[in-house]
Amino acid sequence: MERYFHSVTLDETKCRGCTNCIKHCPTEAIRVRKSKARIIAERCIDCGECIRVCPYHAKKAISDSMDAINSFKYKVVIPAPSLYGQFRSNASRNMLLTALKHIGFDAVYEVARAAEIVTEATKTLLNKNSTVKPLISSACPAVVRLIQVRYPNLIDNIVRLESPMEVAAEIAKNKISKTENMPIEDIGVFFITPCAAKVTSVKAPYEKKKSFVDGVISIKDIYLKLLNSLDKVKTAEDLEQAGYEGIRWAGPGGESLALGTDEFLAVDGIHNVISILEEIEKDRLERVEFIEALACVGGCLGGPLTVENAYVARSNLKRFVDQARQNGVSKEHTEEGENDLMWTASIEYKPVMKLDENFHEAMKKLEALELINKDLPGLDCGACGAPSCRALAEDIVRGNANEADCVFKLREKVRELAVQMMELEAKMPPVLDKDWTND
Amino acid sequence: MDNRITLHYIIPGDDFSVAGEASSSVKKTLTHLGILPGIIKKAAIAMYEAEINVVIHAGGGEADISIDAEKVTIQLKDQGPGIPDLEMAMREGYSTASDSVREMGFGAGMGLPNMKRYADSLDIDTTVGKGTTVTIIVYIK
Repeated sequence: MERYFHSVTLDETKCRGCTNCIKHCPTEAIRVRKSKARIIAERCIDCGECIRVCPYHAKKAISDSMDAINSFKYKVVIPAPSLYGQFRSNASRNMLLTALKHIGFDAVYEVARAAEIVTEATKTLLNKNSTVKPLISSACPAVVRLIQVRYPNLIDNIVRLESPMEVAAEIAKNKISKTENMPIEDIGVFFITPCAAKVTSVKAPYEKKKSFVDGVISIKDIYLKLLNSLDKVKTAEDLEQAGYEGIRWAGPGGESLALGTDEFLAVDGIHNVISILEEIEKDRLERVEFIEALACVGGCLGGPLTVENAYVARSNLKRFVDQARQNGVSKEHTEEGENDLMWTASIEYKPVMKLDENFHEAMKKLEALELINKDLPGLDCGACGAPSCRALAEDIVRGNANEADCVFKLREKVRELAVQMMELEAKMPPVLDKDWTND
Repeated sequence: MDNRITLHYIIPGDDFSVAGEASSSVKKTLTHLGILPGIIKKAAIAMYEAEINVVIHAGGGEADISIDAEKVTIQLKDQGPGIPDLEMAMREGYSTASDSVREMGFGAGMGLPNMKRYADSLDIDTTVGKGTTVTIIVYIK
């Protein structure tokens, strides 16, 4: 069996076994067993929806701590564009980047700049006749994984280009290795992430063997440090490289607008993404050339590991976008853009809903599933630990649950038993029955 | 040994908000069987187009699906107006849908041609004034 790495995990001590996470999981990947939520590893896409909805904060994302940077001689930080949206103050982008550098890094490279390089490569793809349309952005790894488990027919539509994070890490490493005359192994690149899915992308990439990123630190873990550091910055270094189009990638529509095509559709929020993918699968969006699909409401600005409200963050980001537009930071073609950005590995369909490897067995199980499902109350209450009655029926035929897990079924059974007991109780053995006569 | 799964759906008429629910459900069911994604797509789109037609033109109807080891058989029955000129209706771009239906992105005259494109076998039995029965077969093997 393949081993899965997931950033999204459970803190058992905090989990109370409620049904919030199971009801919101877009891939039905969570069950409550023995009053703890269990994540079915092969189904989880690391979207972080459960992290957001858990009232007890029992769902968490594994990411690296700041200490991780100390294992490298030369430390580089690559912030996601969504980081800019976390600041309400009037600090300039250069101020922010300087503050970020001061918390322990030797260099900063903006992922927003790399996003512009990816945009250029995507434009080339869009203009190719051989490209399958609509192209679906691979910017959100949770969406790519969603397609992998639920929409196999759309795998060919995915933009098979390296993510801005990977491009940024590679460029930073190569550049620094040259300028500092240092072996690549001595350079540690750390991504500042708004989400769990990006952590998984680094620890278990689907598009290649090994990530260029050495560690992933969440925005929320670094935020306080960064605020304190920001207060101390007297003079800002000139560190900004990205133009407004790269920064705008942080919010919904940003990646699409940079492409300069009107035939795009931008959708955010995993459940909205699912509706749009359904439309594409039905060939109902043929006019659209490019789909930007982001798992979080508000795009990366609404990531589960951010600190600011997604809508406030969007308004904050606008300030940085406008500033960059005014300053007209050059986004001229540089030698950086010459890298080949195509994926070196491919993603394959994971048929996680398949009931059995053997078709006839699967048919039998499906038949049983339909019968069991008809007999369940259809309330989808979640008290059995499965997200819906149908999911419970599925668990039963897979051998992972039984009908008595349903509280209503259990009650029915208890009542039947009670009736039987009453009936039995009324039947007296002849030797004890005083009313018994022999005529 | 000859196991077969049958599914039944009522398709409500004139309600776009639920149009496509039956074909979505069939798609999910086929996924459970581990049928190849390309084949599931054929069955799902062919049925979806038929389902939409039942909603737009016939004011609702019923769908019966039968799955066995060889094939998926999808039958949609309605008591709608029937199709007066089937040959014409099979042409791409031919549509009798109203403008408002078209604005919703439906009725582009691709329904029947798409059904033909994705079904391995398509049979349309229609009588004007009585109704239409569409039978779609998609082979699994």
